Amino acid sequence: MENKFYAKDGLFKSLSFISALVIVLICIAMFTVLFIFSYPAIKQFGVIHFILSDAWNPVKKIFGGAGAIYGTIVTTVLSLIFAIPTSLGIAVFITQICPHSLKKYFSNAIELLASIPSIIYGMWGLFTLAPIMRNYIEPFLQKVFLPIPVIKYLFQGTPLGIDLLTSGLILSIMIIPFISSIARDTFELVPKELKESAYAMGATKWEMIKDVIFPYSKVGVLSGIIIATGRALGETMAVAFVLGNDHNIHLSLLKSSTTISVTLANEFTEADFRLYLSSLFYLAFILFIMSFTALGLAKFLLKRIKK
Amino acid sequence: MNLVKKRKVKNIIALSVSVFAAIIGLFWLVFILSSVLVKGISSINLSLFLNDPAPPGIPGGGLRCAFVGQAIITVIATVIGVPIGIFGGTFLAEYGRNKKYTAVISSLADMMTSFPSIVVGVFVYTIMVRPMGHFNGYAGAVALAIIMIPIIVRTTEETLKLIPWEVREAAFALGAPYYKVIKDIVYRSAITGLFTGILLAVARVAVETAPLLFTSFNNSFLTLNPNQPMPSLTVTIYQYAMGPYKEWHKLAWGASFVIVLFVLVLSILGRWIISKRYGSE
Amino acid sequence: MNEILIEVRNLSFYYGENRVLKDISMGVSKNMVTALIGPSGCGKTTFLRCFNRMHDLYKGNRYEGEIIYNGENILRAHDLIKLRSKIGMVFQRPTPFPMSIFDNVAYGLKLKGIKKRSEIEAIVEKSLMEAALWDEVKDKLNSPATSLSGGQQQRLVIARTLAVEPDIILFDEPTSALDPIATSKIEDLIKHLKDITTVLIVTHNMQQAARISEYTAFMFRGELIEFDKTENIFTNPKEELTEKYITGRFG
Repeated sequence: MENKFYAKDGLFKSLSFISALVIVLICIAMFTVLFIFSYPAIKQFGVIHFILSDAWNPVKKIFGGAGAIYGTIVTTVLSLIFAIPTSLGIAVFITQICPHSLKKYFSNAIELLASIPSIIYGMWGLFTLAPIMRNYIEPFLQKVFLPIPVIKYLFQGTPLGIDLLTSGLILSIMIIPFISSIARDTFELVPKELKESAYAMGATKWEMIKDVIFPYSKVGVLSGIIIATGRALGETMAVAFVLGNDHNIHLSLLKSSTTISVTLANEFTEADFRLYLSSLFYLAFILFIMSFTALGLAKFLLKRIKK
Repeated sequence: MNLVKKRKVKNIIALSVSVFAAIIGLFWLVFILSSVLVKGISSINLSLFLNDPAPPGIPGGGLRCAFVGQAIITVIATVIGVPIGIFGGTFLAEYGRNKKYTAVISSLADMMTSFPSIVVGVFVYTIMVRPMGHFNGYAGAVALAIIMIPIIVRTTEETLKLIPWEVREAAFALGAPYYKVIKDIVYRSAITGLFTGILLAVARVAVETAPLLFTSFNNSFLTLNPNQPMPSLTVTIYQYAMGPYKEWHKLAWGASFVIVLFVLVLSILGRWIISKRYGSE
Repeated sequence: MNEILIEVRNLSFYYGENRVLKDISMGVSKNMVTALIGPSGCGKTTFLRCFNRMHDLYKGNRYEGEIIYNGENILRAHDLIKLRSKIGMVFQRPTPFPMSIFDNVAYGLKLKGIKKRSEIEAIVEKSLMEAALWDEVKDKLNSPATSLSGGQQQRLVIARTLAVEPDIILFDEPTSALDPIATSKIEDLIKHLKDITTVLIVTHNMQQAARISEYTAFMFRGELIEFDKTENIFTNPKEELTEKYITGRFG
């Protein structure tokens, strides 16, 4: 009887160990596979040159990733610019202003934004948001900014609604719940005594938030922002609908562009020769590294807070 | 006096900005949901569920094949992903709880939950579609399972860690082997949490698009054989929405409606279970 | 009359480099209640958990010396599952398993491989009676164990332990989480348990030791200071430390 127990326990333990190992194996396998398949393109175009060149020409068999990398970074930065203030405002509202009875419902509602599938963001972006951007928002922005020197370069071109600005806006909606929920959680961690002593010195609520809560929770908020960055970098569907697929780099936010993930979505099944496919793998590899770095950094910061 | 007034004004402005941000957040949620619901509900009819796609211009087409394909892919993904996820999470929380590499695996799993899903699609394309020579439903299911596993590993680990150690010790003290302690005591105590974790993971992958683009691909026929390219709702929405035909757009909205409803129901159900089980404590 | 069930010889125990039990020797008498007392952190719980090798669940622990039971050294036992089925344990807080009252008591029997329903039913009833819980639960054996009160849960855990007929039951402050009425019920129960088994109990409460035990061991900073009949310890202690502790002039 006992022998059977030990054998079964050994089996159970091995099974669970192997399952945990699957996580590691997947990561290693992904890295290896992406690297091997992008090697021909790495050899052909090098690292620096591939990252800096925006020549993406399947006909001439010349590939450079700069267009896709530029689009990835610009949409991500735009989304952060829109999302960070909104998310912090939401977190402040939930932790400091919202009546206690509504707190839970409001938090849940914001987190629902995270469970809406990205394909829905894409659909909505293409059919609902893009026309609004095209007909109202972007002409308005042009009216305001075109007379201003330098800034005007960001708003040139015919407003189409299918562009970097719309993509950044949609991404920002998607990442708001990530930043706001981590910000909310770290705001809640601020010791009550600290807040009370700020009030005791005669601080207003805003001064308490600005001078006590924000400094105290900056690392947590930062890690939330980085996680959101990781999300935004790799998001495909929400952007694929509203960004077009243009590998050329334009300064204007009202021009269509592409991101690494959108390029993959559009061209991966069409790549009909080895170097083309390998260049796409190269892009995927770069995206892998970018996300891995961002998410690893966030993880590291979060670990540090817990200590 | 003037300074105090200025500070008070600043306070009111700052707090109003925060309220405004909260309203923006809610506004987006309501805006997105209502436009999907409004545009989608008019496309909901029986033929959406019962008919296969008709050629453009011919009315009465539906997305039966995509519903079926999506269901098959999701079920296979669940069958692969749930056992590995539960076992893996069990290792992290139980057998391996004191080992240093456990923390590394746990962090890795955490990072993978935010990983670009399109890269998973590229990866599975390479290891399955290329060797097999054609797009197929199994590859789509594996891609979804890869996304599902780290999610379930993490929720399982967190849930099991909530079960007090004393209960395990009591079972050990009776002479139970560890696997029985886990099976009879730990899993039973944690069943609600485990179930919710699975529910949310399934809800998340069932509506993924990007990992399916290069794995299960798409077609417009009803197929029950996962060894062939399989249509899915999400990929179909993508193709139809980008297509030029009004009927296609209508179908895409109908499918979107169904997907949003599915996700809303599952995530509200999940949250409700969690708050019922753990909220009162 | 005074047969020794378990003999501890020169036991030392280490948490990593930390020696937390120092050279303890004593005997646990069969069918008696032996109490372990001492200030918190004195090592009494650590000592108790050596008897069923509970420390083996965690890393970096080491035993030295011997605990002789049935002619064998517990500390060298390879089959912990068998060992633990003969040495029962009841914890500070009630530990009902997430199953019905009946299944809780039957759990150890199923581990032993007993499958016959009638046999299991008989033992469950007997054990619940021995744990003085039968009358309170006989009509709701299929209710979840968590529906019981704290004191009832603790008696259920005792019944669960009794069901596998252990040679000895280790109690780790079993009443520290209970109210006075539930406590007195458990104390009565423990006094009666010596008719069917042996009891080794850690208690934080000196009066409790005086009320229920035949032998008492006083521990301090990992050492066994004095071990004697309970009445001697409480009326005529030989060591100054013991006297200080039981008269409350400690620290």
